[in-house]
Amino acid sequence: MRTLRFLLRKEFRQIFRDKSIVAMIFFMPMVQLILMPLAADYEVRNINLSVVDRDKSPYSQKLISKIVASGYFRLTGYNASFREAFGLIESDEADLILEIPSDFERNLIREDHEKLFVAVNAINGTKASLGGSYLGSIIGDFNADIRMQLVTPPRFSQFPMIDVVASNWFNPVLNYKVFIVPGILAILVTMVGGFLSALNIVKEKEIGTIEQINVTPIKKHIFILGKLIPFWVLANIVFTIGLLVARFVYGIVPVGSLLTLYAFISVYLLAVLGFGLLVSTFCDTQQQAMFIMFFFMMLFILLGGLFTSIDSMPEWAKAITRINPVRYMIEVMRMVILKGSSFKDVLPHVGIVSLMAAILNSWAILNYKKTN
Amino acid sequence: MKQFLAFVRKEFYHVLRDRRTLLILFGMPIAQILIFGFALTNEVKDSEILVVDYARDDASQALLTRIGASRYFDIRQAALSHKEILGTFQKGKIKAVVVFPANFNADLLHTNKAQVQIVTDASDVNTANMITNYLSSIILDYQNQLNENLQMPYRITPEVRMLYNPQLKGAHGFVPGVMALVLLLVSVMMTAISIVREKETGTMEILLVSPFKPVLVIFAKAFPYLALSLVNVTAILLLSVFVLDLPVKGSVGLLFAESTLFIITCLALGIFISIKTDSQQIAMLISLMGMLLPTMMFSGFLFPIENVPVPLQIISNIVPSKWFYIIVKSIMIKGLGLSALWKETLILLGMTVFLLLVSLKSFKIRLQ
Repeated sequence: MRTLRFLLRKEFRQIFRDKSIVAMIFFMPMVQLILMPLAADYEVRNINLSVVDRDKSPYSQKLISKIVASGYFRLTGYNASFREAFGLIESDEADLILEIPSDFERNLIREDHEKLFVAVNAINGTKASLGGSYLGSIIGDFNADIRMQLVTPPRFSQFPMIDVVASNWFNPVLNYKVFIVPGILAILVTMVGGFLSALNIVKEKEIGTIEQINVTPIKKHIFILGKLIPFWVLANIVFTIGLLVARFVYGIVPVGSLLTLYAFISVYLLAVLGFGLLVSTFCDTQQQAMFIMFFFMMLFILLGGLFTSIDSMPEWAKAITRINPVRYMIEVMRMVILKGSSFKDVLPHVGIVSLMAAILNSWAILNYKKTN
Repeated sequence: MKQFLAFVRKEFYHVLRDRRTLLILFGMPIAQILIFGFALTNEVKDSEILVVDYARDDASQALLTRIGASRYFDIRQAALSHKEILGTFQKGKIKAVVVFPANFNADLLHTNKAQVQIVTDASDVNTANMITNYLSSIILDYQNQLNENLQMPYRITPEVRMLYNPQLKGAHGFVPGVMALVLLLVSVMMTAISIVREKETGTMEILLVSPFKPVLVIFAKAFPYLALSLVNVTAILLLSVFVLDLPVKGSVGLLFAESTLFIITCLALGIFISIKTDSQQIAMLISLMGMLLPTMMFSGFLFPIENVPVPLQIISNIVPSKWFYIIVKSIMIKGLGLSALWKETLILLGMTVFLLLVSLKSFKIRLQ
């Protein structure tokens, strides 16, 4: 116990001696937590539309003004030919082209039906499909307006109509930031803890100080504990600051209990730090440790359900997410902060992460050799 | 020249000897391409939804069959009251609840009006949105089927064409993004760290007192990473052509030329960082936070850039990856040539020259 106390004193001193590292640890995550959610906004709006109006009739005018009035589209071009409009797509100035054929109005009245041509820049799939469907529904509305004008509607609905009433719980205004901020905070805490612990032992190896520790009678598990505790404390502080930022910058107040959150975080950090230490026992240089850590972090984050839902992944990817600690962290954050899930609800998550922590840390202790 | 070559050879040995890092360097793009190509979709599939059916009549059954048959949903039947919905959501598995009120069919037949309620767990905004859309369109289909024999007058039908990407594959957006990310990583991070490492371990001192020009020492260190990056570009392109079926529409030569330019930009950045810092950890943190995240945020490959607030959009112009991403996207997918891309190319070129000049100016031969 006394040994551990001395070790901890050494570690804390070492960390706080390097002012720039300390600044990085606290300052960087906060800047990111403030900036990232501003960028991570998947709402589709401001779709740039170029119109090729060959008809130039009252109807085509009405349709165009209806589209612009919807608020989703910005009219960026009003071209004479499709070729010209396509040039705008090539230079990314337009996302969609709407072509109104000549005699659109006349044919609609005379022949009872008429076509419109829409071309979508589909490189960005989400934007393309949403933009296309917005435009489709505006055209549908326009169609209904015209029908009302030309045909007198009956007083009662002649057709069976099903009315869909949708209500959105936990986030009634569908604010995307509410969803993304807890996820980003989860990732930042993971990165700070993981990278610092991965680089630490390797640094001692690289500059040769590990030898001095190896010749002392310090037990292996005490040594690993001495490395683990300081980072555990730091990561907890980063997490707390993050919660405050979420609260005062984004107005996200956890619905569930903070106690549940911290209980989970405590165990979760042990798993992440254990993983970092394990990586560092395998490596000889900081560069190696960093890249290996980076590789795994990337996998964890991409397969953690931050931006895309895990349900929609194929089976092999789902299997990987089951052994991905970050996935559990993101889930718990969203459950407790947004939905107010209780400790009982997140108990399975706590169990799995505890198991991971136990395995990873034992492995790190076993793998750390005092002799070369 | 002979000296320089000897130096380059030394650096190559350094890099090639470190098997683990090499493995990661080549494993990274492969893993990323596979994950982005096959695991991540913006679609919502197999969402678990609960059905609370107070009606239990023909119409609700018919709709349930349709919802169950779509690949978007896994239906869980439940006889629970409205109060229990909250608890179900808090357990975190269920994404939405569909409620059929009692007398659903009777309402539909006699008054031509019936209601369906959809309650979504909107803590996950996009999923909630998509589920509502999918369910609404399934219900609308059913309604149209009931009305099938009634033909509407004055129909306007939009004919939609998807340009460049008819199947709406996700791959189109991210291959250029992965390229930018991997090149950045290899070139900026590896260069910065490997030069700072010489400082940290004290071997820089030895190199600087040698009769060899200090600037050339730095260039020799950056050289292997240029080669590695080019190999990586080739690997990514081969993967995207043969695994993702995403051919390069424009000129491959131009694509390589632009990539080389971007790699040099990154190397210059790495050198600049290494000159300014003394410890590997700081160099790493700066590259990670200062390069990687802006690339992910501002290049437009993960998030739609037009949604970023205007001040940040202006800042995004100084991120080299943003320009490189536009160039790669235009060459690979749109098949444009240099005439359409001279502006972006000039910007990258300007950045490279500027970074190299600044690095040369601030390069000190004396360490302390």
